Amino acid sequence: MKAMTKTLMSAAMATAIAATGAQAAGLSDDKLKIGVLADMGGVYADVCGPGCVTAVEMAVEDFGGSVLGKPIEIVTADDQNKADVGSAKVREWVEDQQVDAVTGLVASSVTGAVTKVLTDNKKIALISTSASNAFTTKACSPYNAHWTYNVVALANGTVKPMVQSGKKKWFFITADYAFGHALEKVATGVIENNGGEVVGAVRAPLGTTDFSSYVLQAQSSGADVVALANAGSDFVNSLKTAAEFGLTEMVDVAGLLVFTPNAQALDPAIAGGMKLTTGFYWDLDDETRAWSKRFKERHGSIPAMGHAGAYSATMHYLNAVKATGTDDSDTVMKHMKANKPNDFFARNATLRADGRMVHDMYQVRIKTASERKSEDDIFAVEKVIPGDEAFAPMLAQCEFK
Amino acid sequence: MVTFLGINLFGLSGQLLVGLINGSFYALLSLGLAIIFGLLKIINFAQGALYMVGAFIAWMALQYMGINYWAALIIVPLLVGVIGVLMERYLLRPIANEDHLYSLLLTFGIALILQGAFTHGFGSSGLSYAIPAELKGGTKLPFMYLPNYRAWIIVASITVCFGTWWMIEKTKLGAYLRAGTENPQMMQAFGINVPLIVTLTFGFGVALAGLAGVMAAPVYAVSPEMGSNMLIVVFAIVVIGGMGSIGGAILTGLGMGVVEGLTKYFYPEASTTIIFLVMVVVLLLKPAGLFGKEA
Repeated sequence: MKAMTKTLMSAAMATAIAATGAQAAGLSDDKLKIGVLADMGGVYADVCGPGCVTAVEMAVEDFGGSVLGKPIEIVTADDQNKADVGSAKVREWVEDQQVDAVTGLVASSVTGAVTKVLTDNKKIALISTSASNAFTTKACSPYNAHWTYNVVALANGTVKPMVQSGKKKWFFITADYAFGHALEKVATGVIENNGGEVVGAVRAPLGTTDFSSYVLQAQSSGADVVALANAGSDFVNSLKTAAEFGLTEMVDVAGLLVFTPNAQALDPAIAGGMKLTTGFYWDLDDETRAWSKRFKERHGSIPAMGHAGAYSATMHYLNAVKATGTDDSDTVMKHMKANKPNDFFARNATLRADGRMVHDMYQVRIKTASERKSEDDIFAVEKVIPGDEAFAPMLAQCEFK
Repeated sequence: MVTFLGINLFGLSGQLLVGLINGSFYALLSLGLAIIFGLLKIINFAQGALYMVGAFIAWMALQYMGINYWAALIIVPLLVGVIGVLMERYLLRPIANEDHLYSLLLTFGIALILQGAFTHGFGSSGLSYAIPAELKGGTKLPFMYLPNYRAWIIVASITVCFGTWWMIEKTKLGAYLRAGTENPQMMQAFGINVPLIVTLTFGFGVALAGLAGVMAAPVYAVSPEMGSNMLIVVFAIVVIGGMGSIGGAILTGLGMGVVEGLTKYFYPEASTTIIFLVMVVVLLLKPAGLFGKEA
C-alpha cells in the first residue's frame, strides 16, 4: 500500500513538473557533483580508468561547465577492482560529499556493491564499462542506467551468427570468476537455442599466465569454435598461446569480450580476422571520428567503448538535470527514460524502464596487418546489430516506471 | 586413441611436455632468486619486477632501435644486471647489516615503483612482441603439436640453469663466491675483493630475471603486471626446493611445472593453488625444503 502511495505521489509530482515546466526544486546543495569510480592503475585501467575521467571532463566542458547556474564538479577515485574499496568510497561520496551520480564502474563485482549503496541513497549509477547483465535483471534498481554493453549483447552479437553459420560444437576457456561464469552461461544459452552444443569447458583462474594446457584440451575436444570467455591480459595471453599451438588454424577462436586496447596489444598476424562485438568504434563516421580525435588529443590513445559510453551517459544525465531543473534522482531518471539519448555514441538508442540503455551494437573484424592504415586502424565494421536483437527483453519485475 | 584407466594417454603426454616447458621457465626465475638468497641472504622481492623490466626493454629495443630478439638475449640481461648492480651498491649495501626484513621491504618497494612507473608509461593492456622468424612454426609430434619456440625455451633454460649450477658448485670462481659470502673477513684477508663479488653476484641473479623476461616476451603478454603474477609462484618454488639451494630451485622449478600442468588437466580450478598446497605439505614434513640443509 505504501509503495502504491509512493508511486502515485511520484506520478503526481511528475505530472506537476511536466505541467509547470522547469520550476522544480533546483539543485539540492547548490552544486551538481559527479563521481568517476574505476580501476585507475590495475589490469582494467586502460579500458576505463583515467580515460573515463577524461571523457566525463569533456562531457562537462561540452555542456558548458555549469547547470541551472551552478557549477558541475567531478570527483574521482580508484577502486583497485575491490568491491569493499569501491563501495566505501561511494558511501563517503553520497553521504558526506553530496555526490549526485556515479559513472565509470568497471569490474562487475565492484559495480554490484556500488549500485547497492547508490540505490540505498537514491543516487544514480551511470554504468559505463561493466559486463554483467545483473544490474538490469536480478540486481535491477530504479537508479541503475547500464550504458555501453553487457554479456547478453556480446553473446548475441558474436556467438549467434557463428552457430547459425553451422559452427555447432563449442569449447569454452572461461575466466574462473563471476564475469567469466556469467558470460559462459549466457553464451551457452545462445548456442543451445540455435541448435549447437557445448562439448567442453575449462575454468582458468584469473591472471593465469600460461594457457598452453587449456589450448591442448581445446584442441582435442573436437570443437568447431573455441570461445574465450575472459578479458584483458587473460584474453591476450590465451589468444597468443592458441595461435602458437596452431589452434587458430584448426578451428575458429572467438573472443567474447575484446576492448580496443587489448586488440591493439596483439600482433595482427595472430588476431587478424577475428570477429567480435563492440558497443562503439572510433572510426564509424565523421561524428565518432571528431569526438575520438578530441579524446586522443587529451588522453593519448583512441577511446575504448567504455570511454565513449561514460561521455554519452554523463551528457544524457546533464541534459535531464537541465530539462527538469532538479537533481532529484527520481525526476531525473524519469526524464532520462522518457527522452532518447542521441549523440555520437548512442544510435537508435533508448534508456528502457529497467535501466538498460538499448542501442546499436557493432559486429567487427580485427584487421590484418596489410589492411591497417595506421596504428589505430584495428577494426573493420561488418554489421550493425540493432539494439533489440542485441539485448534481452525487459523482465517484468524490473520495469520501473 | 590410447587410453589407460579412462585417461587419454596422448592427451596426458602433451600435458606433461607442456608442464615441463613451464617448469623450465620457473627454474630459470627461481634460480636467480635462489642465488641471491643462498649466497647473499637477500630476499629480493623486486625479481618479478625486473623480469617485467627485461621484457619491456626487449620490446623497446625492437621498437625504437630495431634490435632483434637474438641480440636482446645478450643485451637485455646485461642492462638489467647493471640495474641490479646499482641497486645493490646504492640501496641494499647501506642496509646490509640490518635484519633481512629491511631488504625485503626495500625490494618490495622498488617492485611497486617499477610496476607503477611502467603502468603509467605504457598502460595496463600490454604490448605485443612477435616470435622471432627463425623459431616460428612447430613440429608435429605423435601426441601434440610442439611450437618451435617452446622447444627453444626448454633447451635454453635448462642449459642456462645447469651451466650456472656448474659454475657455482664446481668451478674455482664459484668456490671464491661461496667462500666470500660464507666468511667475508677470511676471504678479504686472502686479498679477494668481497664487496665486488657480492655486487656482481646480485647483478648476475637479477640478470637471470632479465633473460627470463626476454624469453617470455614473445609468448606472454608484455604488461606491467606480468612480474607480480609470476613472483609469488616462484617464491613458493624456492621455498619448496629449500631456501638457497641452487640445484634444489632448478629441480623443483621443473617438477612444479609438471605438477601444475597435470592439475590443469584434471582440475583446472586448482591450478594456481596446487603449488602452495605442495608448499604447505613440504614445510610440515621437511621445514628446510626438499633440498635444503637443516639448520
